[in-house]
Amino acid sequence: MNKLNRRDFIKNTTIATASVTTIASGISLTTFAAKSKESAPVTNEKRWGMLINVNKLTESSIDDMIDACQEENGWGSEVHSRAEQKPDWIKKVKVKDKATGKIDVLPMLCQHCEQPPCVDVCPTNASMKREDGIVLVDRHLCIGCRYCMMACPYGSRSFVHENLDNQKTHMPRGKGTVESCTLCVHRVDKGEIPACVEAVGGDGVIFGDLYDANSKINQTLKKIQSTQIRSDLNLNTGVRYSGI
Amino acid sequence: MNIRYQQIQGRSLGFYTLIAVLIAVILLASGGVYFMEHNGHYVSGMSNRIVWGMPHVFALFLIIAASGALNIASISSVFNKKIHKPLSRLSGLVSLSLLVGGLMILVLDLGRPDRLIVAMTEYNFKSIFAWNIILYNGFFAIVIVYLWMMFEHRLNKFSSKAGLVAFVWRLILTTGTGSIFGFLVSRQAYDAVIMAPMFIVMSFAFGLAFFVLILMASYKWSERPLGDIIVNRLGNLLGVFVAAVLYFVAVKHLGSLYLAENTGVENFILFGEHIYTFLFWIGQVVLGGLVPIVLIYHPALRGNRLVLGLASSLVLIGGIFQLYVIIIGGQAYPMEMFPGKEILEGYGTIATYSPSFAEVVLGVGGVAVSLIMITFLLKFLPFLPESLDDKVADQIIKSRGPAL
Repeated sequence: MNKLNRRDFIKNTTIATASVTTIASGISLTTFAAKSKESAPVTNEKRWGMLINVNKLTESSIDDMIDACQEENGWGSEVHSRAEQKPDWIKKVKVKDKATGKIDVLPMLCQHCEQPPCVDVCPTNASMKREDGIVLVDRHLCIGCRYCMMACPYGSRSFVHENLDNQKTHMPRGKGTVESCTLCVHRVDKGEIPACVEAVGGDGVIFGDLYDANSKINQTLKKIQSTQIRSDLNLNTGVRYSGI
Repeated sequence: MNIRYQQIQGRSLGFYTLIAVLIAVILLASGGVYFMEHNGHYVSGMSNRIVWGMPHVFALFLIIAASGALNIASISSVFNKKIHKPLSRLSGLVSLSLLVGGLMILVLDLGRPDRLIVAMTEYNFKSIFAWNIILYNGFFAIVIVYLWMMFEHRLNKFSSKAGLVAFVWRLILTTGTGSIFGFLVSRQAYDAVIMAPMFIVMSFAFGLAFFVLILMASYKWSERPLGDIIVNRLGNLLGVFVAAVLYFVAVKHLGSLYLAENTGVENFILFGEHIYTFLFWIGQVVLGGLVPIVLIYHPALRGNRLVLGLASSLVLIGGIFQLYVIIIGGQAYPMEMFPGKEILEGYGTIATYSPSFAEVVLGVGGVAVSLIMITFLLKFLPFLPESLDDKVADQIIKSRGPAL
């Protein structure tokens, strides 16, 4: 058997390593390329939004929205948490005009701001906004400091106060982290609409791309009067309301 | 002149009793943390409305006091007041220890304290919270270097420069802590730039109150002489700081009342029927402000150590009340989500909060960690001058050259 001297050994191993690396990187490059063709990247050419027409919603239709959200995302079956500790991705709020006494009932959820205060204050970048305007919490980065909950002007974020089981595979949640409406991002990315919008049906809640001039939401917003809650904060919310 | 520093002996029954009590409190706090982290925060009094509870009250109280406790050293190094020079080492020690206790509470109250490494490696530079993490870490490093320069004779000449850096850093740090609240634009109780300078003045008062108590206790228990010259000066300074806190509190609330948007929350705190109004007027203003000022400046009580100790304790208790009113009271009142409208359902009631035992012991445990750290380090390193009697104080005042 030939004895391998040290120089040959180093030379051979270097060549072998270099070849493997080159081939492997080629393979991975093609894999990534193929993958990116399958799902379109998220870009800022879109801005997902929602128009909630309060006049067309009844209290029971708002309840349907809440039920659909719970069903879709798997929250609301917490056993230990007190009422004010339970998650509230979407809640029913009833307001009365101080002057006229007019009463409105509306669904309150994450407003998916263009300038989200929760994202500004998050120390670890766990609160983030996708290019298409959807505001999310990365549950791997969230340390549970709850500063985003202090900053959110809409009280739309919840803290998971207990251990969870029976979670949905598409919506992992975890004790000790913060969560809120994801605009059903897992459905939107597949070309579907959020569960609450589907539950209402009709024109009560319109979901779509705010930037797309041909979209129903864009055209409706051009025609009717709508409002952003706490518009004075200049957050440019993705969720708009009409009828209040 | 040269000041002789000496460790405390730390062999008395009193010393071991103190350590044993502090360890017992820390063990209790550890149990509380385990209970809360194992079950989740549902066992606490906190909720989606009161997201920061009792642990934050104690944590911020200690962090604010920490930056203020360094002032004694700064007065000597930066403002060249020689009389404070022999107190500088202790000032640095109290400052570091209070910060350790405060940060410990903050970390252990996180939903995911196991992810501390994420907080140390992932930074969002737009977040004042992230900046605070950097400021706290920097403060540690700077104060340790500052202490080193004070301890090492050959480096003494640099201590005033290190002191200046530490002083500037601590001002920025407390500005950062105040801004955690000051930057919350959507909450009427907080959104005000005055929060930052108010926190700085609070830090002056709380830090000095801690310092006075620790100084007097350590000299009494180690049977070392501590003269009136030094103690009375510190007492006078404390009175000024407490008055300054009252001034800032008055300006904050009067300024806030002027805005229609804030009248709801101001009425709730100042004239409401909840616990916060009582804590504000009786706890914070009277017990934590007016009474200490009277105790410190009343001619019949001047120079009485027991009275100064009482005044300092009241400043600290008043400080806890103040932070309780700011943190819990500020969250309890609902945000003005629909101006011009009244919220009937779904949001808008006054949030309730009653702290759980686990939260309270976690907070008290943080104080215990600070105190045990001070006690141990006094035993192992020469932080305290052997004597601070009036003769020594007089010599220091008359000595030539800068205070190092």
